[in-house]
Amino acid sequence: MIVSVASGKGGTGKTTVTASLAVSWSRPLMAVDLDVEEPNLHLFLKPEVTDTDVVTIEVPEVDESKCTHCRKCAELCQFKAIAVMGKAIMTFPEMCHGCGGCMAICPEGAIGTGTRELGVMERGVARGALPCLTGRLRVGEAMSPPLMRHVRSCMRAESEERSLDVLVDAPPGVSCPAMSAVADSDVIVLVTEPTPFGFHDFKLAFEAFSPYGKPIAVVINRAGLGDKRVYEFCTAQNLPILAEIPYRRDIAEHYSKGMILAEMDEGLGELFVKLGQDLRRMAKEARNA
Amino acid sequence: MREVVVISGKGGTGKTSLTAAFAHLAESKVICDLDVDAPDLHLLLDPAVVRDEAFISGHEAIIDPEKCSGCGLCASMCRYDAIDQDGDVYRIAPLRCEGCKVCVAFCPEQAIDFPPRHCGQHYMSETRFGPMVHAQLFPGQENSGLLVSRLKKEARVLAEERGLELILCDGAPGIGCPVIASLSQTDLAVVVTEPTPSGVHDLERVASLCDHFRTRVAVVVNKHDLNPEQTSRIGALCKEKGYTLAALLPHDTAVTEAMVRRQAITEGEDSAIATQVRQAWRTITDLLHS
Repeated sequence: MIVSVASGKGGTGKTTVTASLAVSWSRPLMAVDLDVEEPNLHLFLKPEVTDTDVVTIEVPEVDESKCTHCRKCAELCQFKAIAVMGKAIMTFPEMCHGCGGCMAICPEGAIGTGTRELGVMERGVARGALPCLTGRLRVGEAMSPPLMRHVRSCMRAESEERSLDVLVDAPPGVSCPAMSAVADSDVIVLVTEPTPFGFHDFKLAFEAFSPYGKPIAVVINRAGLGDKRVYEFCTAQNLPILAEIPYRRDIAEHYSKGMILAEMDEGLGELFVKLGQDLRRMAKEARNA
Repeated sequence: MREVVVISGKGGTGKTSLTAAFAHLAESKVICDLDVDAPDLHLLLDPAVVRDEAFISGHEAIIDPEKCSGCGLCASMCRYDAIDQDGDVYRIAPLRCEGCKVCVAFCPEQAIDFPPRHCGQHYMSETRFGPMVHAQLFPGQENSGLLVSRLKKEARVLAEERGLELILCDGAPGIGCPVIASLSQTDLAVVVTEPTPSGVHDLERVASLCDHFRTRVAVVVNKHDLNPEQTSRIGALCKEKGYTLAALLPHDTAVTEAMVRRQAITEGEDSAIATQVRQAWRTITDLLHS
């Protein structure tokens, strides 16, 4: 079973909730950070890295001795990664989306495959028993989706092989990376805060994710701050609010030290154990529905 | 003309609240919300839309089931796993389609259409602080980098038309495509961070991105008093890298209270933090003109 922790907006406490759930989960679990632009989960779970995959995409490499400058590749490429000017052919590997079209269409077989590094995926183990996967986009690289695809396919294969539940820290927002991160999950947890920014982005996330037809649960962070509109919206849409994390300065200080909220005191510990139970129940009900 | 982009490696650090205050304080400017995936600045600035345009970017593949013979060549060639088998025919999953045209070019039945993709809306508006350009990408759409570039271009045209001296942008979060587009042609990146492990980590990543693009960096530490140790780490990082430490702002609920009132922190009665934000803006303005 896969649970994704998402948020319309960054900084709402998504990683706090994911890390706390990870240490409170009662069954064998794998923790996956799919926020490849800003992976933060490892800062809290502190896994020991055991293995690193360098993730690349295929970019064109032209054999100029075979190229007849017919322009078929440049005409097909939608990303301006190949240009033919007179008797010269140029490639722009940074622009390439790795679709492979140029290689397939070249009548002379003049385009071979080079590679561009997108980033890395790190395998690690936290606390001796919690396998972790972290995707990390190379600084300066614009394309996160193919790196995420690699992490997701490893996540599916390795969790199935070892019968592990999976907890995903999804990227913030509702753009393409966030949508693809939650696509695999049995339950989506939306973390929000009861402020105008929090509520606005929460509504966007709800609109974006609800077409998937997966159960959505809500965790409210910094409860007690701001206004009531997020509560009214959840009631109107029948969205269960499974947990409320109070707005307290000592919580913010605890987080700022890189510590896990569920381990701050007994009350917060119980809150996350119960949240985990409720999420597993929702996943089970959805599967049986 | 100068351009300032407020960014943050990490979301939720107070980037938009700070941009709104700067929008209140700055004279002669165009305001620009480049966070096109989750724009929030309009919640504080209450823009009245003057012009509304569709954002069309790239194309999407659509298979005509009448013409599809079910050969499956498209699905085997698609590197994005965007083509699903649907009974005897195939179907494109629009969220996974990157618009590369490979399936269109190779379909033996010419059954795949490739219309332009409507990805969102962009707007030119008037606010109480001046003109504003902003946008909203539809959920799940990519190419936000292109939309960011379009907004920046519009802001520049608008500034030239009206003889305004500054373009003030609320940047996109993260370090990917939209931020890279946010940073192009910018004179100064104001990076807002927090003294937390994630804050420091993401500051390092986003600042190295700025270095990569040779953009000057000024750092604002928000909620600096939550963790003095991490704050001094940020200070040391700034010193080492030559970034200007523009402000240390305290953890103050006045920021959220202003947000609930839909105001900039510096509007209305001045709080302690408002005074500090004013000082931060003076530092940034001096830096811009130095």
